[in-house]
Amino acid sequence: MDWFESGWGLSLIVFLPLVGAAFVLMLPKAQERVAKWVSLGFVLASFGLSVGVLFAFDFDVTEKFQLGTDLTWIPSIGSRFHIGIDGISLPMLVLSTFITLLAVVYSWNHWPEPHNPKAFLALILVLATGMNGTFVALDLVLFFIFFELVLLPMYFMIGIWGDRTKMRIPGFKREVETRLYASIKFFLFTLFGSVFMLLGFLALYFKSDPHTFDMLLLADMGQMGVFTGTFGAWVFAAIFLGFAVKVPMWPLHTWLPDAHTAAPTVGSVLLAAILLKLGTYGIIRISLPILPEQAQVWAPWIAILAVIAIIYGSLACLAQTDLKRLIAFSSVGHMGFVMLGISTLTDIGINAAIIGMVAHGVITGLLFFVAGSMSHRYHTREMSRLGGNMKLMPVMGGILAFTAMASLGLPGLAGFWGEFMALLGSFSPLDGLSLGVFRSAMVIGAIGTVLTAGYLLWMLQKVNLGEPSEEWSGQEFHDADGFELAAWVPLVIAILAIGVFPKIIFGATDGAVVHLVKTAFGG
Amino acid sequence: MTYLATSLLLYAEEGAEHALELSDGGLLAEWAWLIPIVPLVLMFAIVFVGKRLPQKGWELAEFSMLFVAVYGVALFVANANGGIHYEGSIEIARIGSLVLEWGWVVDGLSIMMYAVVGVVGLAVFTYAKGYMEGDIRFTWFFASFTLFAGAMLVLVSAPNLVQLIVGWELVGVASYLLIGHWWEDHENNAAAIKAFITNKVADVGLIIGVIIIGVTIGSFRFSDVLEAIANADSGLIQVAFWAGLMLFIGAMGKSAQFPFHVWLPDAMAGPTPVSSLMHAATMVTAGVYLLGRMFPLYQNELFAVDVKTIIIIVGALTLFLTGLIALVQDDIKKVLAYSTLSQLGYMTVAMGAGAYTAGLFHLFTHAFFKGLLFLAAGSVIHAVHSNNMSDMGGLRKFMPSTYWTFLIGSLALAGIFPLAGFWSKDEILDSISQDAGAGGGLVASVVLVVAIAGAFITAFYMARAVYLTFYGEYKGEGQPHESPKIMTYPLIGLAALSAVAGFANMPGIFTGFTDWVGARIIVMGDHHAEAINFLLAGAGLAAAAAGIAIGTRLWRGDRDTQAARDTFRIPVLYPLLERKYYIDDFYLRGIVNTTKGPIARAIDWSNTYVLDGVVNGVGAGAGFMAKIVYGGIDQRGIDLAINAAAAATGEAGEQLRYTTTGRVQQYAWALFAGTILLVVGFLIFN
Repeated sequence: MDWFESGWGLSLIVFLPLVGAAFVLMLPKAQERVAKWVSLGFVLASFGLSVGVLFAFDFDVTEKFQLGTDLTWIPSIGSRFHIGIDGISLPMLVLSTFITLLAVVYSWNHWPEPHNPKAFLALILVLATGMNGTFVALDLVLFFIFFELVLLPMYFMIGIWGDRTKMRIPGFKREVETRLYASIKFFLFTLFGSVFMLLGFLALYFKSDPHTFDMLLLADMGQMGVFTGTFGAWVFAAIFLGFAVKVPMWPLHTWLPDAHTAAPTVGSVLLAAILLKLGTYGIIRISLPILPEQAQVWAPWIAILAVIAIIYGSLACLAQTDLKRLIAFSSVGHMGFVMLGISTLTDIGINAAIIGMVAHGVITGLLFFVAGSMSHRYHTREMSRLGGNMKLMPVMGGILAFTAMASLGLPGLAGFWGEFMALLGSFSPLDGLSLGVFRSAMVIGAIGTVLTAGYLLWMLQKVNLGEPSEEWSGQEFHDADGFELAAWVPLVIAILAIGVFPKIIFGATDGAVVHLVKTAFGG
Repeated sequence: MTYLATSLLLYAEEGAEHALELSDGGLLAEWAWLIPIVPLVLMFAIVFVGKRLPQKGWELAEFSMLFVAVYGVALFVANANGGIHYEGSIEIARIGSLVLEWGWVVDGLSIMMYAVVGVVGLAVFTYAKGYMEGDIRFTWFFASFTLFAGAMLVLVSAPNLVQLIVGWELVGVASYLLIGHWWEDHENNAAAIKAFITNKVADVGLIIGVIIIGVTIGSFRFSDVLEAIANADSGLIQVAFWAGLMLFIGAMGKSAQFPFHVWLPDAMAGPTPVSSLMHAATMVTAGVYLLGRMFPLYQNELFAVDVKTIIIIVGALTLFLTGLIALVQDDIKKVLAYSTLSQLGYMTVAMGAGAYTAGLFHLFTHAFFKGLLFLAAGSVIHAVHSNNMSDMGGLRKFMPSTYWTFLIGSLALAGIFPLAGFWSKDEILDSISQDAGAGGGLVASVVLVVAIAGAFITAFYMARAVYLTFYGEYKGEGQPHESPKIMTYPLIGLAALSAVAGFANMPGIFTGFTDWVGARIIVMGDHHAEAINFLLAGAGLAAAAAGIAIGTRLWRGDRDTQAARDTFRIPVLYPLLERKYYIDDFYLRGIVNTTKGPIARAIDWSNTYVLDGVVNGVGAGAGFMAKIVYGGIDQRGIDLAINAAAAATGEAGEQLRYTTTGRVQQYAWALFAGTILLVVGFLIFN
């Protein structure tokens, strides 16, 4: 299996979906069945290989980058095709291939208007390459390309298959279609952040000696104190801005509710489950090891923004009337916990962030799946019109209730560990960080969990419980079908498994995180 | 008089834990992990195959409780023959130096809880078969009910604080499902949410307390925490007050202490068997259990001993204030609910007075008679189809088994000799008086008076409930009938236990219970009675007798209920009690509605108009600039994107135009071509 371990395995995981996209695009438009099978084959292969990676990966040295390769790529700027995974990227990579597979399965017979499965599947496949690639890239240029690659497919997904209802934007006279507003906002917002991120990368390149884009070399230099002082501060700010938009951190989050609400179901799922993680992953992978000194300067501010996001996101949820928009805002709060964990700069906090990312991926992914299917059945997302869903579609309602419970951080399910340990980390952040700030953050974050429980239970009450309104009487509703269950049940199992036995994640991440904290912060 | 010289537990010496001569309990303890696991596994079985079984899943639920009861009693007997301490753990994660574990602890405290949950659970599950017959979600009910019991057992069996949180919150979720069992009615859902959210607020305290302790000593295990206390760990001493206070706030939620008590009366919205189990063995006992588990933290003078004063005051407030509310309730379940609050106040007072044994003993006896009272009340409700005592009356003729068992339960609750409540309440009074003598000072003396007054109130409202329900003329509709045997047998069983459970601890005669729950990893030094304190026992008994006497005087006979109630309508006090001191109103209108309404809307408004205002403003500004710069050159692009586009307005419009004409291929191809280059590059250089 030498070929697998010398970089081919990871490369295939990344590029197979892209090859699949090419095949799909070459098919005639009418051959929908073939397009589906081809797509399924490729994402299945990609997922299968990532399972293979789990077996090939040496869990005794999770801090080592494994199964990768380092090849000359663009010699003129010293950018190399450097890929590899460690315990931090492994769970993210598997999550990415897993969710992509489920997205294709779900799509089998759920096509948003204007249909066209061929193009839709091709976009999912291109997206998969971007997401998988981001998690294995160890060269800043490569990372940036993959990071940006996800933008385009998602932009098209929202812009073409998104919500067509007209919306009025405050301050504008003309009404526009929601999908146009949302897709452009998403694209430009992210692009805005990326520009600064690229500037930061270039600054690092020119400051490094010898010039390099290699993350590992840059990290070594960073830990020897090459990127410090004012230079470091500006670079950290620039790179952080790029990631913060993606997370998204308050107050840069406003693209998210619009994008999630307007996106087709699968788009929302991929956006929530994977795309948001690119930002937090980038901070752990790039900002912390390369700019450790600056990370310590910024950490209290990040913690403050994180708890603002937790409280703000939860309160905003309480005011929502649209089911998908509520779930979207819940992401703001949940990602706040992830950021809080990262900002503690401790092994506990960063471990919490990673399990929080995975948990948010499976939980919120599932919430968007179910919410999408429900709005497909009811033709509305307005919660005041729903109600009594448990009577009309008990299976779907049951899964919604289960997932909501997971989302509010119920112990025993996946969401608990990320929240609990982020709070645990904030009680004793890295030495030298302000105890006052972080302990206040812990208390406020803990209060945030109450609000989270509040909006999710009220959501369940409005949507699931009570008697169905007269509007739906006499109508036949089809409960979850086979494809939906095939996509959802694995997520339910994952939520339970991670909740009961978190070693599934921590077993991979702990060694790598401890190593990161030790080398970067000496903690 | 037994002002014990018992010191306030300071066991620094190594040998202390061996002085107890505890055994490891052998196979019985090693396999005790089955106690929480069997109900949880069967819960899944009920969900997935329950409907296909002849008894619709009830048999699985009943079996799980039978298993727990038999196993619990077996352990109970083994523990009574020689103390047991055993801990088993499996690692579920390791983060840095911190270890997370699942496990099970088998010691005097947890064994007592296993036995109580199992025995009361068995009675309630049996009864529930009759009570829930014909319910629309019969199978689902038993699935949630089994989860409820299983979650409580996860909590009780926890050898570490993290697992305690897991069980703690699972109990909360199960209670949410059960209280809102009839979710067609939004009133029930509101009660379920209230219970969950109130508990969640208190859980903030629990979680912070657990974090403080876990981080400070580097372990979540109770045995490590207790060891740190025995060794006077200096780090833990520094944070002990806050840790102790935070854990107590958590306990206040589950054990419904003032001012977190509001969820419990509303929880009556659930089916009566739920109320019975919730008030007797599971859920509300969790807080008292936690205080018992962490007892040395509060009892040791170096640690959170100051919190004890807070605990005893909160407990006394709860026992007195909620007892008064019970006097004005018409709903029989609400009378019992407020009575539970009051009794939980007693348990908390005991813990605050440094009386580990007394608190747990009252938990033990209360589980039987309160479980019984709820089931008997359910039997009445089943017969008259109303919760209101104004629809009852004269039922003793129609339902003799229910009447007699309810009467035994009421007398036991009122603390009449020689029933269970007499012994446990006396134990508490004695402990408070010891505390008053041993440093509790004025606070403890006042609390002692309050506790005796509480005994009067308890007897008073129970007398009222008995007379209004079972005496006088029947005022309801139809002809009430005695409940079927599957419901009356559990009543009789629990009535028998309510009568005799007190004999487990009779100071000066037989004090088995003290030893049983004392089988812990370290010695539990506490205030407990060594001989009967006749003065206090007499005072308590006299207060109870007075309550019954006055109750009889007021509500005996065939008076019209309304008139009987009017005799009690004291101005100011009555409306105050009827509105529950306006606490619920304050929470709902003052806090919840303000948060859900104005605050949440303000945040949402600021999101749309302030933050997005900036974004859209930038977009509009860019659009405006574009218009000036490009004028009429690119009308279409600006038209499309005018509302939000920033710098790339025209560009984005162009792209959209392509996509909507179905030329995605071009773009995908371009992307494809670009990345093919990557692959080719990879191949060449490999």
